[in-house]
Amino acid sequence: MTEPVLETRGITKRFGALTASEDVSLDLKAGEIHAIIGPNGAGKSTLIQQICGLLHPDAGQVRLGGADVTRMAAAARARAGLGRTFQVSQLAMEDTVLQNVVLGALGAVGRPWRFFGAALRDAELRDRAEAALAQVGLCDVAAMRCADLSHGQRRQLEVAVALSLSPRAFVMDEPMAGLGAEGSKRMTGFLSELRGTAPILLVEHDMDAVFALADRISVLVYGRIIATGTVAEIRADRAVRDAYLGEEA
Amino acid sequence: MSGILIIEQVLNGLQFGVMLFLMAAGLTLIFGVMGLINLAHGSLYMVGAFAAAAVAAATGNFVLALGAALAVAAAVGAIVEVVVIRRLYATDHLDQVLATFALILIFSEGTRYLFGSFPLYLDIPDALSGPVTLPGGIQYPLYRLALIGVGLAVAVGLWLLIERTRVGIRIRAGENDREMIAALGVDISKLYTLVFALGAALAGLAGALVGAIQSVQVGMGEPVLILAFVVIVIGGIGSIRGAFVGAILVGLTDTLGGIFLPELFKLFMEPAAGTQVGASLASMAIYILMSAVLVWRPTGLFGARA
Amino acid sequence: MIGGMSREGWINLAVLAGLLVVPLWALWADEPFTITLATRVVILALAAVGLNIALGLGGLVSLGHAVFFGIGGYAMGILAHHAQTYTSVMEWPLLIEGTKSMPVVWLVAVVASALAALVIGVLSLRTSGVYFIMITLAFGQMFFYFAISWSAYGGEDGLSIYVRNGFPGLNTLVPIQFFGLCFAILCAVLWLTARLMRSPFGLALNAARQVPVRVETVGLNPVRLKLVAFVISGAITGLAGALFADLNRFVSPTMFSWQFSGEIIILVILGGVGRLFGPVVGAAVFVVLEHWLGGLTEFWLIWLGVILLLIVLFARGGIVGMLAGRSVAHD
Repeated sequence: MTEPVLETRGITKRFGALTASEDVSLDLKAGEIHAIIGPNGAGKSTLIQQICGLLHPDAGQVRLGGADVTRMAAAARARAGLGRTFQVSQLAMEDTVLQNVVLGALGAVGRPWRFFGAALRDAELRDRAEAALAQVGLCDVAAMRCADLSHGQRRQLEVAVALSLSPRAFVMDEPMAGLGAEGSKRMTGFLSELRGTAPILLVEHDMDAVFALADRISVLVYGRIIATGTVAEIRADRAVRDAYLGEEA
Repeated sequence: MSGILIIEQVLNGLQFGVMLFLMAAGLTLIFGVMGLINLAHGSLYMVGAFAAAAVAAATGNFVLALGAALAVAAAVGAIVEVVVIRRLYATDHLDQVLATFALILIFSEGTRYLFGSFPLYLDIPDALSGPVTLPGGIQYPLYRLALIGVGLAVAVGLWLLIERTRVGIRIRAGENDREMIAALGVDISKLYTLVFALGAALAGLAGALVGAIQSVQVGMGEPVLILAFVVIVIGGIGSIRGAFVGAILVGLTDTLGGIFLPELFKLFMEPAAGTQVGASLASMAIYILMSAVLVWRPTGLFGARA
Repeated sequence: MIGGMSREGWINLAVLAGLLVVPLWALWADEPFTITLATRVVILALAAVGLNIALGLGGLVSLGHAVFFGIGGYAMGILAHHAQTYTSVMEWPLLIEGTKSMPVVWLVAVVASALAALVIGVLSLRTSGVYFIMITLAFGQMFFYFAISWSAYGGEDGLSIYVRNGFPGLNTLVPIQFFGLCFAILCAVLWLTARLMRSPFGLALNAARQVPVRVETVGLNPVRLKLVAFVISGAITGLAGALFADLNRFVSPTMFSWQFSGEIIILVILGGVGRLFGPVVGAAVFVVLEHWLGGLTEFWLIWLGVILLLIVLFARGGIVGMLAGRSVAHD
């Protein structure tokens, strides 16, 4: 069996007496969507921060494409192929949609130290950016300012920026956040196809979306993974029902 | 270099340090509670000094003059907070810098308009003038000793106020969570005005006290303000304890550096060149201290770790 | 190209034209003082264009830009002082002579202020927000006191340079020629800045100001982007300092003063933060205000303070912002 694209091995993170992540091991294989679910305060955000390099674990390893990236800063991990989206859109609101995606392309190409030529006239950057916009269906609004976009369009743009990096793996923090029923449905359809481009580690509260999308689900409670399995397995799991699904049902 | 000189200079450094603390405490409190960077804090220092000088000239009474400094600075602070400052809490730091810079222009030129460009002098009261003999036979000006006493007393008073009183609890709550404190039913805008006026009063007091050993003039506040910023960078924003430690460190470094660095360089250079190099280096000593703290701990000695 | 020019583009062109027409008129009307005023506008504008790269594009509220202005000034002062006293700047480890040549002075000013900006930037960018403001202000004060204590170069009194430095092919003592030189430099720097704003670096810097986390998660280092912006910014302000010293034929520690740091910020804000020509408009308005209000009352700074307060509280976006509306994306 091939090595997983993205993997954590025994990640532990403590803040004083609080253990935010305890011995978390999970992996993401090519072509799959692996969802992480859990009640509020289960440590999902902390886990994502550690995977992306904005926090560093006290113990354990983060591996990307078979290499240990635990000591790498966030920027280096992005260059190594990690495409991340945020729960609250992190976009340059004063800039246009195209400029936002070109930023991602610029990161992927890795050459921000050019002071003369126009960024938007650089064919390589522009091709990358436009391809990403085309894939999420935002070509029509490329010239609009981000601040003028609808919430749903911003969520799409968020994905487009990550996409412009041509990542090996996506880490998505609640891509459905704030989307209505219609928007969620469209995003679900889109992510379902996107897994063919690169596998997705998905943190999501919208259970309908998770059950529709996930190939596998890991359940995080109090910083620990209490179960990992297919949708059917997780639905049937007693411990999960007690700890989590039961509460909500 | 005698032991007596060293002790004298250490006392001078302490005196300078506690006066810086009076400035830095107000600044750091205002930043901690309201998130505001106030460049006009030096103007309140100047306002206190001018109020004291004017009242002392009219009445000849130093205690009245100090009272006037406290009252006028607090009142001016409260007015400025209500008219201008409170519109700035929600804005970014650039707006705060600009608006408070504009206040400096208005205060400085306004004071020049009222009092003219010539410095005023504030006399040390008779009861505190002249030297006092310390244990070990050291002669030291009584007034400077009194300044150290006042500074330390204010530091203790502030600590008690913040740790032990209802107002203090609210101030600490305000530092942690503005919404929570509003939910508790505390009138947040009154609290803000109060904190600002308190900071202003401390600055005014410092201005009046120092005004008696230096001259009282337009522009006297800003050099002290910038030193107070250095103090805060060293101590950590929002921390009164950090402001105290930082102020003493800066006071001692500046005073002792100015005396000893030229002497030090004279040991292995020609006297004239050594004095020159030492003096130049001494003028930078506190900034070098600040840089060292920044490299070691970017959020200051007592600042919250990022 | 002209047909597609935005409103802001037309305003910019009008500003440049105005800046050129006024001194030419003054030359015709034989009013050399007006030419000097116009030169002052151009040089202050250059200093503010420099600051605008850190402040407007990088979002770095530097209250210490007088450092670079002063370093540029002293680069000119020291080199010219040695040239006019026929002494060398240093003899060991290598011999450095003074000079009266503007291009050499400019080069030294740019390199020295860029180096200072690098050191100050590396230290200051370990922090952000209010800390950054206070630290840059503190470093400004450090240079101020250092200049005062440095008696070899005049200490508090500064240095007087008797004859303006020379430029090949020009008589820089003729006001209009010196103006032309400064104007050409301003235009060149504006052109380079316009390129920079649209470049990949400018795009990344612009994003680093707005959403540093995003910049990091696409694989770029926002702090390094800001540091480079700070260095470029300092170098330009340093060049302005060298020209300013040549305009006055005098340098003193006041070039390092915190008031001047505040004033350059005011120029940028008056005109419009992050706008290419904001600093130019700001400098022109500032010098006109200074001249006009200063003629009306000795206490004109009070009125400057009031105007500034009103702008901050009610008119964000500055003059260019009011005239041109919100900025449009440039292609």
